[in-house]
Amino acid sequence: MNSTAKTVPKDERVASGNWFTKFFTKPEAGAVAGAVVVFAIFAITAPQFTQPSSMATILYGASTVGIMALGVSLLMIGGEFDLSTGVAVISSALSASLFVYWFGTNVWVGVLLGLVFSLGVGFINGWLLMKTRLASFIVTLSTFFMLTGLNLGVTRMITGGVASPSIAQWPGFDSAAAVFASSVPIFGVNLRITVIYWIALVILATWILRRTKVGNWIYASGGAPESARAVGVPVWRTKIGLYMGVGFCAWLLGMHNLFAFRTVQSGEGIGNEFLYIVAAVVGGCLLTGGYGSAIGGAIGALIYGMALSGVVYAEWNPDWLRFFLGAMLLGATVLNFSLQRRAAKGGGRRKT
Amino acid sequence: MNAQAEQVTSARQAGDADPPLVELREAEKRYGNIIALRDVSLKVGAGEVMCVLGDNGAGKSTLIKIIAGLHQHDGGVFEIEGEPVKLGSPREALNYGIATVYQDLAVAPLMPVWRNFFLGSETTKGWGPFRRLDIPFMKETAKKELLDMGIDLRDVEQPIGTLSGGERQCVAIARAVYFGAKVLILDEPTAALGVKQSGVVLKYVIQARERGLGVVFITHNPHHAYPVGNRFLLLKRGQNIGYYEKDEITLEELTGLMAGGAELEQLVHELRDAGTDTSEVRAIRDEVQHDSAAGVGKVPLTEAVKIVDLPEQER
Repeated sequence: MNSTAKTVPKDERVASGNWFTKFFTKPEAGAVAGAVVVFAIFAITAPQFTQPSSMATILYGASTVGIMALGVSLLMIGGEFDLSTGVAVISSALSASLFVYWFGTNVWVGVLLGLVFSLGVGFINGWLLMKTRLASFIVTLSTFFMLTGLNLGVTRMITGGVASPSIAQWPGFDSAAAVFASSVPIFGVNLRITVIYWIALVILATWILRRTKVGNWIYASGGAPESARAVGVPVWRTKIGLYMGVGFCAWLLGMHNLFAFRTVQSGEGIGNEFLYIVAAVVGGCLLTGGYGSAIGGAIGALIYGMALSGVVYAEWNPDWLRFFLGAMLLGATVLNFSLQRRAAKGGGRRKT
Repeated sequence: MNAQAEQVTSARQAGDADPPLVELREAEKRYGNIIALRDVSLKVGAGEVMCVLGDNGAGKSTLIKIIAGLHQHDGGVFEIEGEPVKLGSPREALNYGIATVYQDLAVAPLMPVWRNFFLGSETTKGWGPFRRLDIPFMKETAKKELLDMGIDLRDVEQPIGTLSGGERQCVAIARAVYFGAKVLILDEPTAALGVKQSGVVLKYVIQARERGLGVVFITHNPHHAYPVGNRFLLLKRGQNIGYYEKDEITLEELTGLMAGGAELEQLVHELRDAGTDTSEVRAIRDEVQHDSAAGVGKVPLTEAVKIVDLPEQER
């Protein structure tokens, strides 16, 4: 009996060798390993962490970063970079709420306007990049500053304050709030609707990346733009589309913020762009483009969500959260590189 | 060699009735007041290899950019199958069946081989929002087409960056052939390759020719050009310095022209004037002379270039 029990795991090990190589050549491998470690740490130190209601909170925190991290991940695979994402979320919410406030229209008109505005900002980012041929770092750094100023300036001009007034009394608010900021009871816990949007978007993005022409173009536009153009890939259209995708994500999150909190602080959002970039990079997206996955960015965001809530549940000093984030970024990047290199050399064989 | 030459003549005779696939007559290209190309003519028919030789800056790149649709010529005639054209984009050139395989290989190194093979011309199935890549078909086709070219890949899922330089060139060539190219422009396909890899690529140039494609082969290495070429155009500073059919020129003469006989002699003199040891000058000369990079054999440099043997005493 014992001898057969011993031979069976041996066969499995050969298989797991292949599995090892296969798994660790995937971009999100390091992030998955990191997520498991972070989960284990908090599950041990804070028993509350693993309760369903806590999980719902963690997922909510992850989704607010993850929705944006998704757009940023795709953009990064496409070889570009966006520093304006943090404030773009606020701009989107502000454009919607100020429009509704000023013109007294139905809330849905503002929602639609916010979408047009966000897609427009994305388009302008991409278009400027194409026209100026500057690095996306510079172009989006300038849109970041411009949007920051615009948020404050326009809000003060229209309302006299730094926050947008509540639009809760305008027609259509309730239905819009139901769409963007409600909770859905699943398995006995109230799951915020953003979690569902997030998961749906990740599935959609994965489909696009792996199974469509456009996905092929995104990888090629990031990995070898000149080569891609030479074989007929519309590189600029792809990149502008990616920026508009980021705009769409910013709109979705902006609408959630607007209907969850009713008012928008015009000075918020600054610094969040780095969270999205951290999530994407931890998730295995290569800063130079051409490599990464949608799921990777999602797992990066999940790690952030776990850390954010876990620190509270474990009753650690939240001052250290950012230190932890930075260390994780460094660790994950180094881990990703070494794992990929090992797997590419056939690391599975060494395991057997 | 003879069999090839016969094949070539028969191909040429067959092609006599039809106009050549691509013909350039006295083409000219200016960038502002700089003349990048002047009075350059070439032609390539089906099953022929037109070699364009020249050193760096000779205008080879400008020439292929005109044929590939990246630039437009300013003077002269550019005809595709007898029809005068001016190409506005690489897409347009592709539509005429002119495919270019660039020096930098035109592949995305981190992407799988099959994705690279179909990049920009992906096959899809399904409709509307469910339109998706036909992955099994693309994988099978890529594997089969590469096998036809003699590259047996274990897994077309591996990133193309893991292939050797020669293999990557061959993927690019196989791709162009699969997508119905009639004319293949190869921009220095052997420039970055070792001896063995270069041989592999030359084999595929011959294969492409035998499949009835016209090939424009850009190179600065006469040893690579001579064995596969039907005619040779030599460029220097944007000008035509020689246009030969294969039977009009020997490899030695071609090498001599390419090396620029007089310039080589001058180099020897300069080295000597600079105080270089005579034995060193000799060693350099011998090195050039015994350059058998393509395995074509030794080139009698002294005949072709007429270097004077330096006496031992001179320093």
